[in-house]
Amino acid sequence: MLLIVALCIPPVLGIAGVASDILAHTRYFGSNPVKEVEHFLGRWTLRLIFATLTITPLRQISGWNWLAKHRRTLGLFAFAYLTLHWIAYAFLDVQLDWGELKKDLLKRPYIFLGMTALLLMIPLVITSTKAMIRRLGRNWTKLHRLIYIIAILGVIHYSMAVKKDLTDPLTYGAVLLVLYGWRIYRATRSRPAPA
Amino acid sequence: MHIRRAPDVPSSEITKEDHYLNRREWIAAAVAAGAAAGFVPQTLQALAQGQGPVATGTPYGLQKDDKPTPWEDVTGYNNFYEFGTAKEDPAQYAKGFKPKPWTVKVDGMVKNAADYQLEDFLKPAKIEDRIYRHRCVEAWSMVIPWRGFSLSDILKRAEPTSQAKFVEFTTLFDPRRMPGQTMRVLDWPYVEGLRLDEAMHPLALMVTGVYGRDLPNQNGAPLRLHVPWKYGFKSVKSIVRIRLVDKQPRNTWNLSAPDEYGFYSNVNPEVDHPRWTQATERRIGEFSKRKTLMFNGYADQVASMYTGMDLRKNY
Repeated sequence: MLLIVALCIPPVLGIAGVASDILAHTRYFGSNPVKEVEHFLGRWTLRLIFATLTITPLRQISGWNWLAKHRRTLGLFAFAYLTLHWIAYAFLDVQLDWGELKKDLLKRPYIFLGMTALLLMIPLVITSTKAMIRRLGRNWTKLHRLIYIIAILGVIHYSMAVKKDLTDPLTYGAVLLVLYGWRIYRATRSRPAPA
Repeated sequence: MHIRRAPDVPSSEITKEDHYLNRREWIAAAVAAGAAAGFVPQTLQALAQGQGPVATGTPYGLQKDDKPTPWEDVTGYNNFYEFGTAKEDPAQYAKGFKPKPWTVKVDGMVKNAADYQLEDFLKPAKIEDRIYRHRCVEAWSMVIPWRGFSLSDILKRAEPTSQAKFVEFTTLFDPRRMPGQTMRVLDWPYVEGLRLDEAMHPLALMVTGVYGRDLPNQNGAPLRLHVPWKYGFKSVKSIVRIRLVDKQPRNTWNLSAPDEYGFYSNVNPEVDHPRWTQATERRIGEFSKRKTLMFNGYADQVASMYTGMDLRKNY
């Protein structure tokens, strides 16, 4: 419950801030609130995806198995953030100019990658119920490995969207590398030595 | 050399003084009420008491609904990578920058090459307040009340030789004073260029102030260019050198990403940036998007310089 309340804070602040900036000309998001909230929600999406990817290493290191049951909450919120990020882009930024949305998707690779990541997340959301987990069995684990690809797409999308300064996207990329590196390290270490 | 006459400004375009006065009275009343209630920041109170920056000047190329962009945005939302890559960085990291004394080297293919002190330019110059439209290549725009003088003043004084075809501008390179230059995000120093006829155009403004005040450091103090029909990155800041040359000069953003930023970089709604549309723009302070105008609304004054040129190729 506490986790759910905490996860509501960034998007609620973001939406309240941008609404106030647009309607009441406050400056919570500075001079260009639409762009800022779009990027704010995008970065928070990546952070939550990373949080879901941190659960397993954290359990392995600390033995805190109770973390596992929160992974779904984090994942669902990641999708909610991503949806808000898309709404900020399509409604506030492009303002539902369909011709422009289409051109963005087809001609601008970073938009295409972002949209791909969003679509790939939908099956993960649909199969997140207990019943679906039971029904899919081992296939559920396989399907949910999609998150590894989604996270990579997210970081590439971010690095292609910035104009010149790659510091932030590379920082996110480095974190992802650590999260994946741990898994590779575990996998190679625990494999029995060849006979 | 053919020198174009300054564009005529219809008297209907000039904002009447009483309009400003009315506006300020209104602000004063509103701020007084707000101050009594305790929720108006001090800067706004100062503004209402007449200490603040006031947008004055002759409008050039403004559209019916163009209003000066607030001071806070003009001086708080800047692309000036010499002081950091985030929009708020220049206002923060340029605080301690000392723009005086300032020397500008004028050299190359000129009869009168010299090192000028900033005052050498200012004393004989006809300083004017001009309100210009400003369009960033990132698809946002502002309306800015600049103070400055025509770039052609400097060039005429230097007397370009007959070989001179282009003008190259260089920004100060001094990483101790410009902390953003310690990062190699661009190839320092920042260089830009114009064709000589573009540089001689009466709209090409050497800017020394904004909102009736000295130019703040984050806006390119003490001397910057503003070429209102081109994307903002052409309008090079904190200029230390103006060189007349016979070949098209390099320009920093073009060196950094040639397929994204050209030499001419005239505002053109029909030629998209590879990563975003240039057909529309967001005016800072507004929610709805505006249509971007050819040459940023200055087509009548500048289009003739590009007759016969393929603007898609020469982006």
